[in-house]
Amino acid sequence: MLIVKSLSRAGLQPMSLRVEDGACLAITGPSGAGKSLLMRALADLDPNSGDVSTGQLNRSDTTAPAWRRNVAFLPSETGWWQDDVGAHFSDHEGTKARLPLVGLSTDALNWKVTRLSSGEKHRLGLLRCLETSPAVLLLDEPTAALDQETTLQVEALLRDQMDKGVSILLVTHDADQPHRLNCSTLRIENGAIMT
Amino acid sequence: MTEYVSLTYLDLVLASSFLVLNGGLSLWLKLGLERKLAIAATRMIVQLLLVGLLLKSLFAVVSPLLTALVAFTMIILAGREVWARQDRKLSGIWGFSLGTGAMMFSGTTITVIALTTQIQPDPWWTPRFALPLFGMILGNSMTGISLSLDTLNTAAQRERIAIEAQLLLGRTKWESMRPFTRRALRTGFMPIINSMAATGIVSLPGMMTGQILSGVDPTEAVKYQLLVMFLIGGSTGLGVLMAVLGSVYRLTDERHRLRLDRLTK
Repeated sequence: MLIVKSLSRAGLQPMSLRVEDGACLAITGPSGAGKSLLMRALADLDPNSGDVSTGQLNRSDTTAPAWRRNVAFLPSETGWWQDDVGAHFSDHEGTKARLPLVGLSTDALNWKVTRLSSGEKHRLGLLRCLETSPAVLLLDEPTAALDQETTLQVEALLRDQMDKGVSILLVTHDADQPHRLNCSTLRIENGAIMT
Repeated sequence: MTEYVSLTYLDLVLASSFLVLNGGLSLWLKLGLERKLAIAATRMIVQLLLVGLLLKSLFAVVSPLLTALVAFTMIILAGREVWARQDRKLSGIWGFSLGTGAMMFSGTTITVIALTTQIQPDPWWTPRFALPLFGMILGNSMTGISLSLDTLNTAAQRERIAIEAQLLLGRTKWESMRPFTRRALRTGFMPIINSMAATGIVSLPGMMTGQILSGVDPTEAVKYQLLVMFLIGGSTGLGVLMAVLGSVYRLTDERHRLRLDRLTK
């Protein structure tokens, strides 16, 4: 579950929203409307104020690292700080088992970061988010760099997470994606929720 | 001990004729350096003559207050230099005070300890010993600190995505900054490590050369040089560590966020 009450930050009007356990909310809107700013604020990556809770955890009572392990954010550009892909993962067994689910070879953990395509980086970034078994996933265009077949594979993985009770907040420019994932939608323009 | 050979101003004029020759070459080859050369040489002459006069009168009066005042001015000037040498710096008062504070703490502590326990002039703050020693320690700390802060701030800026990716996986700010903190510390330590390794092989250190020229036994001059190198190494290390950790602290906040908004644009 994700409960947001009067969240505000630079570039956004105060916002409230709610995503139930196992549900999905898709955020749509033009580029620069503030979708990524909202995601960053929810992950507490930029200064912001307001009450955010997962039902079990209140953000204000939780250290930032613990909060981010529970509310995992996949930004539109994933970061890498070592040469080897495997060095960025702590649970190699669990990740190896999930690699085929997103159309990647089980050998991917032995690859070098420099030879990853943007689509591969994004899928590996998603698997990295899942390592801490978060209760909420904040996904900024998780399938933007993927072909149709791989997009459907990633969506199946996301549905599987929702079946386990994970709440998903999703930024997407794919008009059909909310429908395929059975998401409700929320439109943001100029830093405010459109009704 | 051989005798000290005093120089006349005519000697200096003769020595400077080679520099004038360089200026002539620059004109002839159209290098456009003659103006820069002349300005730099003039600055050097004026600065050194003034400093000579200042030190002469300071050494004559032996006043603790004046000595402290000169030392303080040296810290402020070195701090300004550290601030100016950083491409990206912390904005506001932090940008100046972090490097200056680290230098003030490490340089002062180590100079005072060296004067009171090792060189032991009487009184311990005798300007003839305190100021040259402090100047050498400060000058080297200054280089190390400005290099390390520049490296850290540039890396924080350039590697934002990589740092935030680690924060997002639930790592603390110290863990997430560690690869870049380490790189900044290494850069700050490099000049002193290199100069320790090369000293005596490539060139004789300036201070030791000066002592030998003024008639001090070379083995005695070496002892002084070693003392000074140890002090410089210690002070640079301590200063670099303080400045880098302070900068990491300021570049992040209590909610483990990367705060690039605290760097100047």
